[in-house]
Amino acid sequence: MNGLSSSRNKAATAGEPGLVAGFLRSRAFWPVLVLLLILMANAFISPGFFEVTIVDGHLFGSLVDVVHRGAPTALVAVGMAVVIGTRGIDLSVGAIIAICGAVMAVLTRDTGFSPAVIMLAVMGTGALCGLWNGVLVAFLGIQPIIATLILMVAGRGIAQMITDGQIVTFHSAFFEALGAGHFAYIPVRVEVALAAVLLLALLLRRTALGLFVEAVGGNAAASRLAGIEARGITVFAYVISGLCAALAGIIIAADIRGADANNAGLWLELDAILSVVIGGASLMGGRFYIGLTVIGALTIQSLTTGILVSGLPPQYNLIVKAAAVLVVLLLQAPRSRALLRARLGGLFGGKRHV
Amino acid sequence: MAEPSPAALQGGLLLSGGLRPVQPGGVVLAARGVSKNFPAVRALVAVDFELKAGEIHALLGENGAGKSTLIKVMTGVYERDGGDVVLAGRIIHPAHAGEAQALGISTVYQEVNLIPTLSVAENLMLERQPGRFGFVNWRRLRADARQMLARMGLDIDVSRPLGGFSVAVQQLVAIARAIALNARVLILDEPTASLDREEIDLLFAVMRDLRAAGLGIIFVTHFLDQVYEITDRITVLRNGQLIGTYETAELSQIDLVHHMLGRQLESASHRRKRPATGAPAADLVSVRGLGRRRLMEPLDLEVRAGELVGLAGLLGSGRTETAKLIFGAENADCGEVRVAGAAVDTSSPRRAIRAGFGFCPEDRKVEGIVPELSVRENIILALQARQGWHRPIPRAEQQRLADQMIEALGIATPDSEKPVGQLSGGNQQKCILARWLVSSPRFLILDEPTRGIDVGGHADIITLLRQLCDEGMGLLVASSELEEIVAVADRVAVLRDRRKVAELSGEAVTRAGIIEAIAQ
Repeated sequence: MNGLSSSRNKAATAGEPGLVAGFLRSRAFWPVLVLLLILMANAFISPGFFEVTIVDGHLFGSLVDVVHRGAPTALVAVGMAVVIGTRGIDLSVGAIIAICGAVMAVLTRDTGFSPAVIMLAVMGTGALCGLWNGVLVAFLGIQPIIATLILMVAGRGIAQMITDGQIVTFHSAFFEALGAGHFAYIPVRVEVALAAVLLLALLLRRTALGLFVEAVGGNAAASRLAGIEARGITVFAYVISGLCAALAGIIIAADIRGADANNAGLWLELDAILSVVIGGASLMGGRFYIGLTVIGALTIQSLTTGILVSGLPPQYNLIVKAAAVLVVLLLQAPRSRALLRARLGGLFGGKRHV
Repeated sequence: MAEPSPAALQGGLLLSGGLRPVQPGGVVLAARGVSKNFPAVRALVAVDFELKAGEIHALLGENGAGKSTLIKVMTGVYERDGGDVVLAGRIIHPAHAGEAQALGISTVYQEVNLIPTLSVAENLMLERQPGRFGFVNWRRLRADARQMLARMGLDIDVSRPLGGFSVAVQQLVAIARAIALNARVLILDEPTASLDREEIDLLFAVMRDLRAAGLGIIFVTHFLDQVYEITDRITVLRNGQLIGTYETAELSQIDLVHHMLGRQLESASHRRKRPATGAPAADLVSVRGLGRRRLMEPLDLEVRAGELVGLAGLLGSGRTETAKLIFGAENADCGEVRVAGAAVDTSSPRRAIRAGFGFCPEDRKVEGIVPELSVRENIILALQARQGWHRPIPRAEQQRLADQMIEALGIATPDSEKPVGQLSGGNQQKCILARWLVSSPRFLILDEPTRGIDVGGHADIITLLRQLCDEGMGLLVASSELEEIVAVADRVAVLRDRRKVAELSGEAVTRAGIIEAIAQ
């Protein structure tokens, strides 16, 4: 799948000469390199990009802004990575964010439930959305892109129904802290997202679920014959994606202290898909990489932030972003890599891998 | 079914293109010394073939015999490397299937080559829509279509999408379209594979009418009964060579099977002899009346512990279907499977695995390997699936199992982390075998365990199968290679036309015995 490395586990390359050579050949090399390049370009365009100061008892600076804004994207992206691992896709995550934000805002405004109960209810809503997608894909056999398109279209309508077409605002100290607060100098939302991603990584890699997801994505028929409950695994993937989107929805709604059914999480599904692809996964399924997907999400956010900080007129934002993403994807393609390697000779790790 | 008059059919069969009409009984299509080479394979070696007008001619042979190559050469799909194709006395060089069709050679494939989303009428009139100035006259189009189908005794709503009809109706529509294009030769490539008996009768009635109308029909099938039911002559190919053309009425079934499989000297029986240990072991797995409509007639089968049972039969006889039914990869609609006397649920592979079954499928690329996963992950997959997601096999244990299997089966891979898709076919097959061995089933089903494997790997796998039997596992091996079955099986179930027709054991397990059973 990826000509760079025959082993996806760096432990297996132990004994190869040197840690650096191992990294050069690992699949993490390109995504990390791309992220560093973009950060460096940012620093070049706007000096002071790397400056981090402590203001009002928390870290402050463009880098902090990148992780701050990138947290919801990264959350949605890791959920997307699991779905893409099963050879699926989830276009509905943006709509799920809107639904979950609406549920959270209405519950907080109209009921006296504790924030914990509200969070549980919102996560349950996200899981339900994922379940819907998963059942359409796994049990009704609808193509993932169509199945999730249904909720993508309907979701914002549902969110508007929940909010009565208004932007619902609320006041909750708990959610304000979650959306915009800081703990130990670091934004709480970043810590929450990080914890969720770690939890997900543990769930997938410390159990056999990750293997089953990849087996189903790599060859569903063979997985079934090997005794894997392929449909259950597919539903699981969409539920995970729904849960990730729900948590992102909570963070986004908490941040603006309200629910905007029309704009919350708008186009976030596309950023999420790009993050997964930049992280080196194939849309053909069969492999997913949680850590590299987070790197991918940070890459996209660095681009966005970089463009904003650079003072470029905002109308160029999307075009520059699109162009940069295209370059990144070309860099990732095995063919252009081979070309690059041929041109650059032994610069990247020397010998070509078989 | 309304009897279409030959005269009415003749209307659609009017000859075109300046070709001489062929009297019934005259040769309408012939291949003379046709050869076709593919890289490393001689697919056809100087094959002669003659189709008469007004006959149904069976074209038979096992896998790789050259049936489809011959058809494709005659219909212009492939360019021939030598010899001539003669249509009504004139040498033709069709450059593609459309040209052959224009000349009057129409082909209907098993997978209907029409467009399921278009209406029946649109499919029928695809090339010649009535109308003017580029506008289609829909009413006339539908009327014409209805008329074409009426000739075949088919009365359906032609404005409905084709995909909504049964396969049989789709086949008939395809035939209607084929003969409407001034056909004089109709080639039917396994048209009956997915039809039930009534639908076959309908198809055969149409074929007989077309024969009466003077068409030459080439009929490719795997069902011997159908060959004897409807064909006038039989041509047998084997390994790209013509074995002979025979009058159906004069060729016995046993001779036919011999022609198809080849007559070889019975090799000294190197079948392992079961040690005579007094009382026969109890049945490990017993299959009772397991079957599914259109797929496989209900069959009984027993496999004892330490016994290797072979599934033999011609191509299309139901070997793979039987294996899949027992493993739950295909849903049975009748019958049951018992393990050690107790009924078990084998309605899905997952449940069959829980009952201690394993299954190495015939097509390892499609149903066996997960190409992106490593050798290690592929090997532990079934064991892990049985243990469940919440009880992961520790990495060290995975490594140990994988290394052990790589060593034991001689899987040629630089390390256990290589994606299995990058290994050779034989090594992939060994990985699938390893997957089941580490999950230690009681009963292992293997479908074509040695297909596409080189000679060395072949011997390795045969040795391994015997070892597994000696360790007490029950094995069911489906194979198209009679020699292989004779070499390893204690008992052989013989299949024919999706039905179990015989069971041979002990000294009766010979090549000749199996062939006789197939042909009886």
